[in-house]
This record gives sequence, structure tokens and C-alpha cells, in this order.
Amino acid sequence: MSGHSAYVPKSGFGKWMDARLPLARLVYDSFVAYPVPRNLNNWYTFGAILSLMLVVQLLTGIVLAMNYVPNTTMAFDSVEHIMRNVNYGWLLRYMHFNGASFFFIAVYIHIFRGFYYGSYKNPREVLWILGVIIFILMMATAFMGYVLPWGQMSFWGATVITNFFTAIPIVGDSIQQLLLGGAVVANPTLNRFFSLHYLLPFMIVGVVILHVWALHVTGQTNPTGVEVKSEQDTVPFTPYATMKDLLAMTVFLLVFAYFIFYMPNFLGAPENYVRADSLKTPSEIVPEWYFLPFYAILRAITFDIGIPFTDIVLINSKLGGVMAMFGSLLIFFVVPWLDTSKVRSATYRPLFKQFFWIFVLVCIGLGYLGAKPAEGIYTTLAQILTFWYFFHFIVILPVLGLIEKPKPIPASITEAVLAKNGVAKS
Amino acid sequence: MKVNTMKFLVSRIAGIAVAFGLIMSGTAFAAEDEAPTPHYPLIKPKNVEWSFGGPFGKWDIGQLQRGLKVYTEVCAACHSMNLVAYRSLSALGYSNDQIKAYAAEYEVTDGPDDEGEMFQRPAIPSDQFVGPYPNVQAAKAANNGAAPPDFSLLAKSRVPLRGFPYYVFDVFTMYAENGPDYIYSLLTGYVDAPANVEVPENANYNPYFLSGSALAMAAPLSDDVVDYDDGSPQTVDQYAKDVAAFMMWAAEPDLVSRKAMGFKVMIFLLIFSGLLYFTKKRIWSSVKH
Repeated sequence: MSGHSAYVPKSGFGKWMDARLPLARLVYDSFVAYPVPRNLNNWYTFGAILSLMLVVQLLTGIVLAMNYVPNTTMAFDSVEHIMRNVNYGWLLRYMHFNGASFFFIAVYIHIFRGFYYGSYKNPREVLWILGVIIFILMMATAFMGYVLPWGQMSFWGATVITNFFTAIPIVGDSIQQLLLGGAVVANPTLNRFFSLHYLLPFMIVGVVILHVWALHVTGQTNPTGVEVKSEQDTVPFTPYATMKDLLAMTVFLLVFAYFIFYMPNFLGAPENYVRADSLKTPSEIVPEWYFLPFYAILRAITFDIGIPFTDIVLINSKLGGVMAMFGSLLIFFVVPWLDTSKVRSATYRPLFKQFFWIFVLVCIGLGYLGAKPAEGIYTTLAQILTFWYFFHFIVILPVLGLIEKPKPIPASITEAVLAKNGVAKS
Repeated sequence: MKVNTMKFLVSRIAGIAVAFGLIMSGTAFAAEDEAPTPHYPLIKPKNVEWSFGGPFGKWDIGQLQRGLKVYTEVCAACHSMNLVAYRSLSALGYSNDQIKAYAAEYEVTDGPDDEGEMFQRPAIPSDQFVGPYPNVQAAKAANNGAAPPDFSLLAKSRVPLRGFPYYVFDVFTMYAENGPDYIYSLLTGYVDAPANVEVPENANYNPYFLSGSALAMAAPLSDDVVDYDDGSPQTVDQYAKDVAAFMMWAAEPDLVSRKAMGFKVMIFLLIFSGLLYFTKKRIWSSVKH
């Protein structure tokens, strides 16, 4: 929290530096003395895990880029060169490739933790919005990164996804041309995707700094949703949170390492080990798993929206799908204002808790349907779940806040902790 | 009161949703009965016990050498393997001289020389495996329009989907040998087409084939086509296993060293997280949380 600083420079150089550039003071106040609620559970460690994954992706990516060739005739071979001839190239590439998946696993848990504990509520709206921006940047980065190996799924995924933009009226075709650097996915596309794939992570770093800054201004939420009221409610970041985050990171790395070393291709499409061929469409074009819920929403809109009883089409199914997909992401921005409840944590919101878990199941269901062919029962189910997805945000969140009767909220974090530990209130 | 009403509503909504789901799945099954759309492969690959499977997997060097022999004498007539260099064969236990001799049997175009002419020379260990055709067009022309795929990555790219819930179990059983299982099954899976299946001209029925009921390649192996000098059975079954293992090696030469390093990393992380766990417990012991 921004307040007085407890940093006391010890050495002469420390004092000299502190008077000129108080970097050590910033680090001390942010990561040593910074007070965190004493009741944070393990779901709150994913912020630290995400920072770690960002560093892993940056470091492996920078080294991979030293050996990768962004040219359609050489990209596929250069990735295989990394896998076969570069020292520990296979390790770097599998870390980077699986790292993307684990980055998304962590970010999804982090986001759902935010939903559950109402982390987006006053005064943390800006913190939440910065998080949504990071999430969207991550998706753009991951999509462009997936194109770089220039396998079949790279090429056809890029073709399908960039084709969405043509649905936008008037400017759609121009936007697509600008993205691709031409009429079709080809060498100019690969070049600009490589350039942007290298750029965006550093933009993510920038927004992450703002995200952490905003966090340190408002302080963290906690499972009770009650704000920190006294020093008794908190513990210093070091050693308490550092040690807890370190443990969580190591356990996360354990699972990550399991996939890197034993199941490195489990999360990828085998088709991407086939060189891109613009004349041969794969039987099914499926994006990476972390895009599947959004892909299902995109394909769920199979109908034109127009004025009833006339032939006038206002939004054709393609544009409708694109709007629904982008809408499903952009709606995150206004969640702080859609949720009308004054109570933060789902712990004290019995109804919200049920709807939260229904929402989780809906998202998993959408992910499952995103991998299925868009036909018959799958489309119908995707439409039902897409409806519920938006219904949750637009109707359930505002209405619940008005009609729900929350459980009694503890007076302070300390009181909740003592009650949980069976200590009588003093 | 409000809470009770809402609870009632929630249970109603849930009930309707379940009923709706049942009706929908009912119609789905009905639809499937009417027009069965075939899913390829028609038969899931057989499971073979591979020496390189599991956490401590090791190459069976004898098997890889036999696989190379099958590739060289049978498959290489049509299939290239252009991402693998001859020098990599040292991993199969061959000496430098043996690799030089093996490579020298193939010709590569090099140049231009000082006169500006391209010339032919025998391949050397640093060259990639020389393919049977100069280009894809030539490969297509020689094979009824279907170019035989390059061997380098087939064991990783030809992987039938396992489907839910098998892929969940695979995470825990560490099953990652779908590729070689598929190749083995395909090579041993040629049978006469059932009466109700129409096989196109120049295609061969195989229920294990990934993307249809028939493929351009005819059964490539038969008993005794390759001579083994280590006493292994000279059967289609053995050939198929050996060449599938060899293809896994070609697709992922570092598979075994990857698993060996993985074991060390896992042990380190386990011990480290154990130590961190007790440290954290000690630190937090004075704070109720």
C-alpha cells in the first residue's frame, strides 16, 4: 500500500543512492515490507506463478529467436533445426511451446479466482481492467506465436482467424489485408507476425508493471472480501508471501516439467508437424485448447439477425459470430459495474457461489464443444451455453446483487481467521 | 423469503436444463442411428510395448538398426527422410566409417564448382538423407498423383485423436506412443475390404488408416523381404515394429535423453518443493491464517 516507507538504508552507498534514485526503497516497500492479508489461500499464488511464466516465455523465446528463420520456405525447417541440432534446442522449444499452455492454465485460474472473490470491485476496477488488457495481449501473442512454426495448423489457423476481420462492414477487407500484408497468408504475414510476437510480450511486461502498481495501491483482496483494517490483519510480504509463492511456483513447475519431459506434444495438434501447404486443407481446423471456448462462441452464431418478418439482414451470421466472440472478451471490462453486489467474496454469497460454479461448467463445456465439429447437437449445445455465458454477465450478475441476501460478514480478517481456527472472539 | 424463492428458481432452472439436455442427447443418438458417419480411423491403433515408452524409456539399439535396414531396403524406394542427417546414425551405434560408407551409397548434387558447373558427388555424413525423387512433382508423377510423405516427422504428425476420456488417462499413464502404435497398426492392418465398402481405383483398404478407409500405398511389407542377421523373426509384424520404432527415433532423436533429464529435474523439484513446504510451514506456524 502506498503510505509511509519503512526502508532504512544501511550502508553509506545505500544512503547516497537512496537520495538520488530510491530503487532499493521501491523494491523493499513492494516486495519485503508490503503488507499482505494473512488469510490468502493458494489460489492467490497464481499472480506470482504468472510472473514466472512470463519470464520463462521471454527467456526461452529470445534464445529461440536466435535460431528461428521467419521465412515461409525456411521456418518449418528452422524449428526442426532447433529441435535436432541446437544444443538443448528441444528443451527450449518444448518449454516455450508448453509454456504457452501453462501460462493460460495459470491465467484462467487467476481470472476465475478474481470472479469468485469479487476482486474486481471498488476500488480495484482499474487493476481488473489492466488484467483484462494483459489477457487480450496474451491471446494475440499466443495466436501469432502459433503461426511461426509454419505447420499445417499454423497456416490454416492464421487463415481462419484473420478471415474473421473481413466480417467487419466497410473496413473489414482492408484490416485483413493490413494484417496479412497481402490477400492471403504468405511470407509477409509470417514476417509481421514474428515481429509482433516479439513485440507484444514486452508490452505485456509494461502492463504487468501497471497491474502490480495498481495492486500495491489498493492492496490485495482476500477470501473474506473484507478490507484490511489494522496491521493485525496482515503479514509482511517477506518472508510470508515470498515463501508461499515460491512453494506454489515450484509445485507448478513440477507439473510443467512433467509435460515438457514426458508429454511434450500432448497439448499440441499433431497436424502442426506437417509443413504448411496452401493447397491442402486439414480435415478439421482446431485452435489451441486455450482458445476453444471463444471458438465455440464464434461458431455458435449460425443464424442471421435481421428485422423479423422481412428479408432485411442487419447482422449476418459471420459478423454475429465475430461480435459474439469479441463481445465475450470485452464484457470482462465492464464486470465491475455489472456486479451490483456490495459483498465481495462468494464465501458470503450463497446464490452467487452456485452461479459461479455453473459459469465455470459452462466455460468448460464451451471448451469441449470448441473442439467438436460445428454440426448437429454440438451447435445447439454451443448456442445454449453461449446464451448462458452472456446471460451470466448481463442478467445474473446485476440481478443477484439486488435480490441476494448475503451471509453475515466478519468484522475483520483477524476475526474470520480466529473463528476458523476455533479461537473464541476476544 | 427471497432466498427461498431464488433457491426454488435455481432448482427449477437446473431441472429444466437437465431435461433439455436429455432430450437433446436423445435426438443426437437418434440422428446417429439414421446416418452413421464413419470416423477415421475405423479401428483404433493397437497398443505395442515400446522400449522407449514410460518414464525410463530407452532405445532398443538393435531394433533401431533393424528399422534402418527396413527403411533403407523397402521404404526408401518411395519415402524421403530429409530432416535427418547421416551423422545422426551414430546414435544407432554405427562408427564414423560405417556412416561414411552408408552415406557414400547415395549421390547428391553439389556446386557450382570453379567452372560454374553443378556436379554429382557421393553423400557425406553431414548431408541429410537423400530422397528417392528430386522433387515433390516427380514423387507425385511416379505414384499415381499421391506423393509419399517424408518420413522425418511421421511418428509425430500421424497421431489419431484419442478422444475423451482416454486423453485424460493418457496424462497419468504417460502414454505418448500413439505415433508408432499407429504406424505399426497401419503396416500390419491391410485386409480385404468388406463387401459394403467401395475402394477407389489405385487405393488399398486399411481400417487403421487415419483419413479414410483406403490409402494410396499398397501393403509395403511381406515376410522375408528383409534379411535380419541378428536372428529376429523375419515377419511383417517384426518389420512393422522395427520400422515404427526407427521412425519414432527419426522424428524425435532426443526422446531418450529428454526422459533421462526429466527424471533428474523431477527429483530435484520434488525435493526442493518438499524443503520449501517445511520451510513455509515453519515460517507460518506462528501466524493463524
